[in-house]
Amino acid sequence: MSSTVLPPYEGTRVTEEPPENYITAGHTVKSWLLTGDHKRIALLYLFSTAFFFFLGSIAAGLVRIELTRPNGVMLESETYNKMFTAHGVTMIFFFLIPAIPAIFGNFLLPIMIGARDLAFPRLNLFSWYLYMTSGVMLLIVLCLGGVDSGWTFYTPYSSMYSNSQVTLTILAAFIAGFSSISTAVNFIATVHKMRAPGMTWFRLPLFVWSHYATSVIIVLGTPVVAITLFLVVLERTFKLGIFSPELGGDPVLFQHLFWFYSHPAVYIMILPAFGVISELFAAFSRRKIFGYHFIAFSSLAIAALGFLVWGHHMFVSSQSMYQGVVFSLLSFLVAVPSAIKVFNWTATMYKGQVHMRTPFLFALGFIGLFTVGGLTGLFLSSMGTDMHLTNTYFVVAHFHYVMVGGTILGFLGALHYWWPKMFGVMYNEFWGRMSALLVFVGFNVTFLPQFVVGYMGMPRRYHYYYFAPEFQVYNILSTAGASVLAVGFALPVFYLTSSIRKGVKAGANPWGAHGLEWEIPSPPPTANFDRIPIVTDDVYDYESDARRPNIEMIESRTPEQLASTKETH
Amino acid sequence: MFNFSMSPPQASNFAKFHDTLFYVLLILTVIFSVIVGAAVIYFASKYRAGRVVDRSHPPHESKVLEITWSVIPTILGLIVFVFSTMLFVDMRTPPKNASEIFVMGKQWMWHIQHANGIRENNTLTIPVNKPVKLTMISQDVIHAFYVPAFRVQYHVVPGRYTQMWFTPTEKGTYPIFCNVYCGTQHSEMGGYVRVLDQKEWNEWARSGGETSQRMTLEQMGARTWARLGCGNGNCHGTSNTERGPSLYGIYGTKRKLKGGGTAIADVEYLRESILQPYNKITEGYDNTMSAYEGQLSEEEIMSLIAYIRSLGTSSQPTTEAAKGQSGGGEMKPSTPNLAAGALGADQYNRPGPDSGNLAAGAMGTKGN
Repeated sequence: MSSTVLPPYEGTRVTEEPPENYITAGHTVKSWLLTGDHKRIALLYLFSTAFFFFLGSIAAGLVRIELTRPNGVMLESETYNKMFTAHGVTMIFFFLIPAIPAIFGNFLLPIMIGARDLAFPRLNLFSWYLYMTSGVMLLIVLCLGGVDSGWTFYTPYSSMYSNSQVTLTILAAFIAGFSSISTAVNFIATVHKMRAPGMTWFRLPLFVWSHYATSVIIVLGTPVVAITLFLVVLERTFKLGIFSPELGGDPVLFQHLFWFYSHPAVYIMILPAFGVISELFAAFSRRKIFGYHFIAFSSLAIAALGFLVWGHHMFVSSQSMYQGVVFSLLSFLVAVPSAIKVFNWTATMYKGQVHMRTPFLFALGFIGLFTVGGLTGLFLSSMGTDMHLTNTYFVVAHFHYVMVGGTILGFLGALHYWWPKMFGVMYNEFWGRMSALLVFVGFNVTFLPQFVVGYMGMPRRYHYYYFAPEFQVYNILSTAGASVLAVGFALPVFYLTSSIRKGVKAGANPWGAHGLEWEIPSPPPTANFDRIPIVTDDVYDYESDARRPNIEMIESRTPEQLASTKETH
Repeated sequence: MFNFSMSPPQASNFAKFHDTLFYVLLILTVIFSVIVGAAVIYFASKYRAGRVVDRSHPPHESKVLEITWSVIPTILGLIVFVFSTMLFVDMRTPPKNASEIFVMGKQWMWHIQHANGIRENNTLTIPVNKPVKLTMISQDVIHAFYVPAFRVQYHVVPGRYTQMWFTPTEKGTYPIFCNVYCGTQHSEMGGYVRVLDQKEWNEWARSGGETSQRMTLEQMGARTWARLGCGNGNCHGTSNTERGPSLYGIYGTKRKLKGGGTAIADVEYLRESILQPYNKITEGYDNTMSAYEGQLSEEEIMSLIAYIRSLGTSSQPTTEAAKGQSGGGEMKPSTPNLAAGALGADQYNRPGPDSGNLAAGAMGTKGN
């Protein structure tokens, strides 16, 4: 037994599997819809965010098909504009922002710190209902004809000119914002007040640190964008002059307020993925993460600096030149903490025992794509080059490298790493690796050409480009890559679903990983811990625990052994 | 090098510096990606589980290493920052000798007004190697005037003037893109910059471009000035009167304001003083001028400003020109090419807060 959990199961634990886990604890619909269990709420989020990811992907697919020809393929420009807006709104507000915190944060954060639930279980459930309310509003918007303002809602187009469902979309984003805030408040309170005895701040897994930093950004930033979007609704509905010059307002003010949140929102999306990647590197290198303190503090540095760089979206928007200089300088500086993380993760493998399993393949893919995404950000924080590149496909490629290459690969890594914990079964390793490979290759084929076509000057949000046919070859490449990417994303749906029915039982700790979540059965019981553990060992304490089994040792057991084992490593 | 294009032509004074910076950044990106990628692959294969290698004394934290890999990228970044900011400051500082051209963006076209009176739609015809300063405003939503071959763009914002400048260095035709999403036909809001050599351009200018009858911007301003009765016996004469200060030679001077403070009489100040005169009142006067907000088209405002700038200078249009055309008050006689729907006077009914269908109003459905 590892020394992490002092008294828990050794003496008190019964020999057979616990009779109930959180999934079998209740079978009625009501037991799901009115649950206070953070693990069940995480599953509710898993299925709902997956649905919106699917929706956003369809919109992206239509956009990609349209762009294979300079004159479009089948959509009117108006429909095309609604498609890229639907893609952006759905992916950002309904997938990228909530996905990792609301699924894996919800599921794991209490377990990782040795708690039985989040601080406010009902608030947690309420946040899911807020999310679903805004999700249903988004579906209504799509049924009523969609919205064409772009996910950025720039005024005065959104407030005075657009004929589409801007108001309802904004209200949906507004409510989704409160869903994030509820989750974030919950996380902050939980991390502060509910850590198990001995779980000091510097014994927290980096996953918890990054979720803590994310929550701080959400609580500070989201109210600003919520109010800003609400002001757009007021101007649109009641002609209250705030952003439209016709009514005496200032259209550029909107951009300041919007990016004050929406730049930090990038970190809301990527920081949780950082947390996942830290866990994966430690677990699959069997090493204490290199530079733990530097990674932890770099998350906080990103959270703080991230609030001071919003103006780099506005170098050419008529903001003052001197303002631009300051924002540019700070943007160069905010790149440093991210670089520190990448170097530390890489260094973690040094002298480790590297296990190339599916979750770790996603993590390695993350390193490659996020490095490119981060470095291409420098082209855009540098004002002289941003003057040419801003708002072109170069920007589109850059933020997809960060958002898809970063957040979604982090998401898939998390899904494959904690799937055995969540459902108690292993998935097919071969297909998992195939998915990782297809996602990595498909992603690069999709988005590398977009850097080139952006440098050539292709603006984003363009439906036609018959006046610049030289763009076509890159767009065709990009669409071809997107179809490979789609296969890579679709594969897990099949092998993960089938694993629930046919998968080998995972046991408590299929990866031989270190951390409180691996000390309890899979799937965990509703209460997580019979007795609150007392933590005595350091975080990622792989090396001092020589008895910890390797993944291969675990795999060499028969399923029967795995099912009956007590995981007494 | 390639039989397909990978970069836009370098056709302005900024292009070479920009591309140098771009390739420096590209090289840095490649170097760092390769370093990280190689390290990942090397470690992953060398320390693969089951391999027998020296794993003794694994390090957990190293201040020296952390400082090294923080400081080196920071320094490299700061070097790029300095050069890039130099380029940006240059891009944002038009030279004194740049000739000014007025650009108006609207859903979904560009209207160009040259100082000599020539108008163009979706085409900007300029001579090579002469610095050009664009003064831009939008009639409806935010647009951006973007010429990839020149490596510059800037937002075109309603309610305020923005500027950009460049010197075209290569003859040719280069696309203009609108680069801020502006509605249904955003992708088709484009056009071309035609860069001619000086001789060709002179010929083009003499023939009047697309416009057969034309007035300079100042002349148009003089006509609006007369129509609105701004000058002479009314309010703004050749010298200060009781009702209003003289505007002769006002441009660029420092104005003392009522209630303290000063303001430089630049284009923004003049625009504000026409539309919302009550905001900044010259010392010694009361708030008596009527506000023209919502009553003038962007082009009329721009021409008025041009006229006021010319007052008391040698470029001031003769009173003949002003008087000769002040009768009608209509734009039509002088704007034959606008009847095509570009800037027809009836389109100046900007969609107010009351119009039900704002997008349709802005499109100028009558013109189409």
